[in-house]
Amino acid sequence: MSGVRVLVGTRKGAFVLTADGKREKWDVAGPHLSGWEIYHVKGSPLDPQRLYASQSSGWFGQLIQRSSDGGKTWEPVGNKFAYDGVPGTHQWYDGTAHPWEFKRVWHLEPSLHDPDTVYAGVEDAALFRSTDAGLTWQELSGLRQNETGPRWQPGAGGMCLHTILLDRADPGRIFIAISAAGAFRSDDAGKSWKPINRGLNSPFLPDPAAEVGHCVHRIAMHPSRPNVLFMQKHWDVMRSDDAGESWREVSGNLPTDFGFPIDVHAHEPNTIYVVPIKSDSEHFPPEGKLRVYRSRTGGNEWEPLTRGLPQRDCYVNVLRDAMAVDSLDSCGVYFGTTGGQVYASPDAGDSWSPIVRDLPAVLSVEVQTLP
Amino acid sequence: MIRVVLPAHLRTLAQVGSEVQLEVALDAAGRVTQRSILDALEARYPMLRGTIRDQVTQQRRAFLRFFACQEDLSHEPPDAPLPDAVASGAEPFLIIGAIAGG
Repeated sequence: MSGVRVLVGTRKGAFVLTADGKREKWDVAGPHLSGWEIYHVKGSPLDPQRLYASQSSGWFGQLIQRSSDGGKTWEPVGNKFAYDGVPGTHQWYDGTAHPWEFKRVWHLEPSLHDPDTVYAGVEDAALFRSTDAGLTWQELSGLRQNETGPRWQPGAGGMCLHTILLDRADPGRIFIAISAAGAFRSDDAGKSWKPINRGLNSPFLPDPAAEVGHCVHRIAMHPSRPNVLFMQKHWDVMRSDDAGESWREVSGNLPTDFGFPIDVHAHEPNTIYVVPIKSDSEHFPPEGKLRVYRSRTGGNEWEPLTRGLPQRDCYVNVLRDAMAVDSLDSCGVYFGTTGGQVYASPDAGDSWSPIVRDLPAVLSVEVQTLP
Repeated sequence: MIRVVLPAHLRTLAQVGSEVQLEVALDAAGRVTQRSILDALEARYPMLRGTIRDQVTQQRRAFLRFFACQEDLSHEPPDAPLPDAVASGAEPFLIIGAIAGG
């Protein structure tokens, strides 16, 4: 019988949650890599037993861990992330020039075509790739060396490259997003990049429609429609139908359009999910009610999903990489909170229940659908 | 033999006990230095690369300090000779993590 494996990164370790296809009874394993911040864990779509994890600590820096048995055991692999050439400068918070300094890996994206190839999005913003299963890393420096690079600036969480989207149909196409530079696209497998932020509006910028400088929190894509992108920006939920060449707002009737994650239903490319958060200085659900919002129309028309979620006194946040969907016939949706809960919905969001309630703060959630 | 004491998380990572013993190459003047100890430590336990000093800049991580013989050696140059008691193995070289954070 098919099943799912939920990979959870937290402030104090990684957890692996497994269930059969009913998704009612869960086994919780962990903490793995205990005591370290696990920013992200993700499995290869080609070899589900092959997992990669970003492990970091303010004391000991960055490690990358690899598992060959679905997360039961781990081995440290390469952790040398050296910028290509002289790194140069970006803008600091106060607008002064600041040298690029590697801090951590936010996101790992295994290749769709080779289990030994994996991409890493790092802070200060850059894209790295390993083609030897994480032993060595090379920067795809065309991104950082984009002519707009010296104008990039960190968001409150640091200048992180947090989203990497690969196009199954076109191996040359990669989308990435950086807080607070914006979204970028490569059509030549990462050699060169262009900013794709036309249509974004950020009133905090001197030029609200600037080419770069937008605090993009997350972008999402359905594999069957790689030209359609959905974005949760600092404020505003956005949509592009032309691979990022232009964006239009689809916040519609959301109670607030601030938030972090956004994801797409596995079988309905026009069904998307967000978790509205009150404001940029109040990172909790409005009215203390934890609600996922679903749009079946690709935006603008949203419905609250509340069954099984706390509807009073709830003041947790859901971070940008902490939502995922499985690809079982009835699409499962999952998200984790800064309060340590991981919620699962086996029916595309209609109803929810917690898999676990008391983990450390959840940084990331990914799901593998197992045969 | 040089004796090195690691912080708890690095012991777990390297799968070692409270103290490791290392053969350390002497520098040209026949001395043991911070650099020679860390080089030997990382050669024997490659998973520790980057955890004590940055892989690119070789700078000590800000929340780690080096002590020996009741002295704070953290700000000594990496090629300065360490005390004879460390070189002889009478005293350990201590790598200490800051007592901070949650």
